[in-house]
Amino acid sequence: MHGRPRMAPNPEDAAASAAKSQKLRSLQSQFLSFHHSRTYTKEALEISAKLLEINPENYTAWNYRKLAVEHCVKESESDPSSVKSIFDKELKVVESALRQNFKSYGAWHHRKWVLSKGHSSIDEELRLLDKLQKQDSRNFHAWNYRRFVAALMNRSIEDELKYTENLIENNFSNYSAWHNRSILLSELVKKKDQGSSTQDVLSEEYNFVRDALFTDPDDQSAWFYHLWLLQQTIQSKAPLLVSSWPANGADLRVSGNGCLGGASGLFSRLSSDLRRFPLVLFFNQNVEGISSLTVTVEASFITSKDLTWKSLSPKTSRFGRVWVAYLDISSVDLDYLNPQKVVVRLGHCPGIMSSSGLPLSKPFRLEYTIAAKPIETKSSGRHENEIFQWKEDDFHNSEGQLEESIPRLLYTRAVEDNDEAAASRWHIDTMTEEINHVRVLLASSDCKIGKLMLARLLMARDDMLSPYANKMAHSEEVLELYRDLIRLDPPHSHYYKDQSSLVLMQQLVSSRDSLLKHCFCYEGIKSSSIDGPVCLRLNNLSLSRVGSFEKLLWVHILDLSDNELHSIQGIEALQLLSCLNLRSNKLTSFSALEPLRSLKCLRALNISYNEIGSHPIDTCRYLVTSPLSHSAEISWNRDEDLPDGVDVENYWEAFLVFKDLDLVQLDIAGNPVADERFQSFLVKITPELTWLDGQKLH
Amino acid sequence: MTEAYPQIDPTTFDLIIVGTGLPESLIAAAASAAGKSVLHLDPNPFYGSHFASLGPDELSAFLSSSSFPPSSSSGEDPATVSLTTRPLYSNVEISSLAPETLEEHARKFNLDVAGPRVLFCADRAIDAILKWSTNHYLEFKAIDANFICVENGKLMRVPDSRSAIFKDKNLSLIEKNQLMKFLKIVQRHLDPDEDASSKVSQEDLESPFAEFLAKIKLPPKIKSIIMYSIAMADHDQDVEACKNILKTKDGIDRLALFQSSVGRFPNSPGALIYPSYGQGELPQAFCRRAAVKRCLYVLRMPVVALLIDEENGQYRGIRLASGQDLFSPKLILDPSFVFPSQAGSSPEEPVHVFSEKAVEAKVARGICITRSSLKPDISNLLVVYPPRSLYPEQDITVRVLQLGSTSAICPPGMFVLYLSALCNDATQGKKLLNTAISAIEVSQISERNAGVKNEDAEVEPPFIIWKAIFIQELSAGKYGSICSTPSPDGNLNYHDLVDAAEKLFHATYPDEAFFPETASPENADEDNCPEDDGPLEEA
Repeated sequence: MHGRPRMAPNPEDAAASAAKSQKLRSLQSQFLSFHHSRTYTKEALEISAKLLEINPENYTAWNYRKLAVEHCVKESESDPSSVKSIFDKELKVVESALRQNFKSYGAWHHRKWVLSKGHSSIDEELRLLDKLQKQDSRNFHAWNYRRFVAALMNRSIEDELKYTENLIENNFSNYSAWHNRSILLSELVKKKDQGSSTQDVLSEEYNFVRDALFTDPDDQSAWFYHLWLLQQTIQSKAPLLVSSWPANGADLRVSGNGCLGGASGLFSRLSSDLRRFPLVLFFNQNVEGISSLTVTVEASFITSKDLTWKSLSPKTSRFGRVWVAYLDISSVDLDYLNPQKVVVRLGHCPGIMSSSGLPLSKPFRLEYTIAAKPIETKSSGRHENEIFQWKEDDFHNSEGQLEESIPRLLYTRAVEDNDEAAASRWHIDTMTEEINHVRVLLASSDCKIGKLMLARLLMARDDMLSPYANKMAHSEEVLELYRDLIRLDPPHSHYYKDQSSLVLMQQLVSSRDSLLKHCFCYEGIKSSSIDGPVCLRLNNLSLSRVGSFEKLLWVHILDLSDNELHSIQGIEALQLLSCLNLRSNKLTSFSALEPLRSLKCLRALNISYNEIGSHPIDTCRYLVTSPLSHSAEISWNRDEDLPDGVDVENYWEAFLVFKDLDLVQLDIAGNPVADERFQSFLVKITPELTWLDGQKLH
Repeated sequence: MTEAYPQIDPTTFDLIIVGTGLPESLIAAAASAAGKSVLHLDPNPFYGSHFASLGPDELSAFLSSSSFPPSSSSGEDPATVSLTTRPLYSNVEISSLAPETLEEHARKFNLDVAGPRVLFCADRAIDAILKWSTNHYLEFKAIDANFICVENGKLMRVPDSRSAIFKDKNLSLIEKNQLMKFLKIVQRHLDPDEDASSKVSQEDLESPFAEFLAKIKLPPKIKSIIMYSIAMADHDQDVEACKNILKTKDGIDRLALFQSSVGRFPNSPGALIYPSYGQGELPQAFCRRAAVKRCLYVLRMPVVALLIDEENGQYRGIRLASGQDLFSPKLILDPSFVFPSQAGSSPEEPVHVFSEKAVEAKVARGICITRSSLKPDISNLLVVYPPRSLYPEQDITVRVLQLGSTSAICPPGMFVLYLSALCNDATQGKKLLNTAISAIEVSQISERNAGVKNEDAEVEPPFIIWKAIFIQELSAGKYGSICSTPSPDGNLNYHDLVDAAEKLFHATYPDEAFFPETASPENADEDNCPEDDGPLEEA
């Protein structure tokens, strides 16, 4: 059924098809005249049936038959047996259409329509399905219809599971059967109580699929199902708050002009007015239901109700891993001797749920204080001419100073120990067992998917053992596996590269010491006080993706230059970020910069020497909000006043990104897109911009 | 007495064939399809000769009938050479343990003389059946499961396909992996689209199969499954002195046959099928096919003498028991006839012997009628006892085929076991079969005891109610102006027999095609295919 080459038609076939189309045309015109005159006589119905038998794709004819049925049923309402025969006739027409083309959408839909009227027996349907699934066991129309019929017949999930089991036993490459099984199991799990029974179901499925994996490790169907099981296992764990900003126990110092902490008070032009500052909650999986009802914030100056929670997930969905709310402190009279205490509680009242419907593993409580900074020694007035330059000489690694800047609490044992129980014995045992089996399999067969699965399993187990990612015991092995895979499977090397970049990131941030090696003081701003701001430099590491943002929520200045980044997805979690260097990466479009739109503090951005505009068509475009999508994010309408001559049509993606940013400084040279026209466009839409490519604007 | 025999008219034919076994029937069908006038005789009152299916009593009589008495009329006539028959069967032991039960159902049995024998769905016999459209005369039943005896007498289902390996409960995960990996090597080797690098090397192909399997690190259990229950090797392949080493090349061919048999017909999920009403149906079907093409059939007609040209000693014709003389340029006899060599050949016409690998001269066969199935819920099954599974010195595979009443060969509630093993002499053969039968009985007793914990059970009726064990001579086909067809061989299928019949036919009629030129018309009505059994319809 699948993978058959297309043959050029020979002359006889061409003649036959010409004759067929002649016949079809005459039937079609007869049918249309009946349709237009609303003629539903026996003869008219025969014509439409004939037409559909030859061409089941004729949707108009199906609709005509629906009208005809309604008409005929109305005429013989009093006689149930004749009503039944009307519908039975329809089933026959559908069946002969399906014999012609068993993948006809119209025919399947018509059959559903007939059956949902409830006048026909459904007993025959499974027999018909068996016949069609024998012809093509991966006919998704038939599978969809099977689910419809099973629901209509109230067939038990167990019976349907047995059916998929039989088909899989016949041929375990039948991905459709595995897929249907995953749907049925999800339903089954939802019906049962959470907890042990779900675990039993999953354990049994692991055993079932293992036979297929070992019998033929090169078959993808079973691996896909195995991956699905792994996801279910991970999701069957209650969600956990893994980090937050401010961290629990933090003492925040806000400088006179409202800038935060030790970092940004020093370059006022580059830091925002932090009279509103963020509260970021970072979970280990997607959750929904973060709202002023489920998260209580206690402080003398604010109540929970004043907060609006927003998911930072790029997709417009109810779920997100990172949630943010802004606290307005403009009316608070801050005093350095009298810190304001803020207590955040979540999980005390229900409502926060993971995508598999599990509540938070336990309630969380965060407490921190906000106070004013002591009077500063040097003036920090506005310096119009200040420019943030990423010069090597300006970065100094002086550990003593840096110690204080990374929130120590990210790495305390105390946090970890409390949550040792977050992953159950079963989860860890299951992962360990699967890891052992895959290792045994890899010892005897050189199997790419097996290696990938082993890498995923190892990461999943490390993650379960150490939810705060402080002990990634197997990252070296995982990196080695990805190196192997890049070599063995070049077509997918980009994916493997991305995965290993994420692992590398995880390794970097896993301990305070390794993170400190990448932290530097920035002393390029002359107006600053004694301490320079802290910069995290992850440059020149061959990263193609960035991750582990839960450990980086405190970062103000981030240097990611000279990597191979093609995406910066996830960076939106760094709500304090004010300077970002993405120079010399592989970003190909403005759509890739989409995450920056949520960074309200971003002032200096360097995207020079990337590949933006190198490709005439933005291939990421459809993953991104567009003028046609009705997302709440875009509050822009065409009537909005724009400066004259702004070329929105040509630079839509750029417009979307930059109109929401208050950039003071932008470097964009070295991208194919960065011509004069584009520069003038930029100047128009970013009124605050002072420096463009190192040149001061008027 | 003469009056009892009909007169045959005409008296001259292109070919006279005596015996209606499978090779003879195939040749009769081929020759009459080629337009030859053929007379097909059989001294017995039934079709099939040594491939017949008979009731218990007829079978006993057939096995013990040693030879036909030479006719009195073939006295001193110099133009005749008297034709004698030799017994193919010896050491016949028949015991009936429940004669009344058997008596009651005697007419419901169709016991195969040449069992155990089945068809592989992709073998040459099936090709012959399809090409001659004899499938319309036949119905087949699937052999539902194959078993192999593994360590400590346990029967294990043979994982013979990808899905069977997946489903199997006895193999460990690693064993599944190894077995499937091996099947893939075979598939790649056989795939015409694969390049040479993925094929088994020439050197390996010529090496012993057992060595090749060891080379790719298959454990003994998997090796044994492949060699004895899929490639159906008869001899112990792990013994240095093995007389019949299976080469990798042949091993792979046998696996290929098995693999292509699995799933060829939608009604038969496995590789093996068996003709309903017994294997005697097969020769009969070819005879019917021949009869349609004007082959003349006369049963119950013994041949007593050959007619010889007095001048050159060449064969001219035969004398029937009726006294009638019939003439033909060619004569084909079944293997039970003995004829003086000078009558069959002239100096410039050497005798070709169509011998395959006749190392042993004999095959031991056994037939048991039982009251219950070896495996509950499965009635048609094959069991292989590979070398050393029954006793340490066992060097020959014993095969056991169980058929139930669904194959229409016995009454409901009963089963027939066919056993066979190659052997050099009767003692060795009987030891092989008797040990296998005891092993089966022991496993039955333990199974029953496991089922019902009954301390003071009344004396159970015996598991086996009728048993026949005999030794059959093996002989290859011979070609001359008088030809002789091969005897039933020790194989599980008809592959070599069809080959031998084809070779005999080509030797006799070098210019004629063995299979008809035009393929049988496609069977148009697909929906007509019965649910379970019926004519063969390819998937």
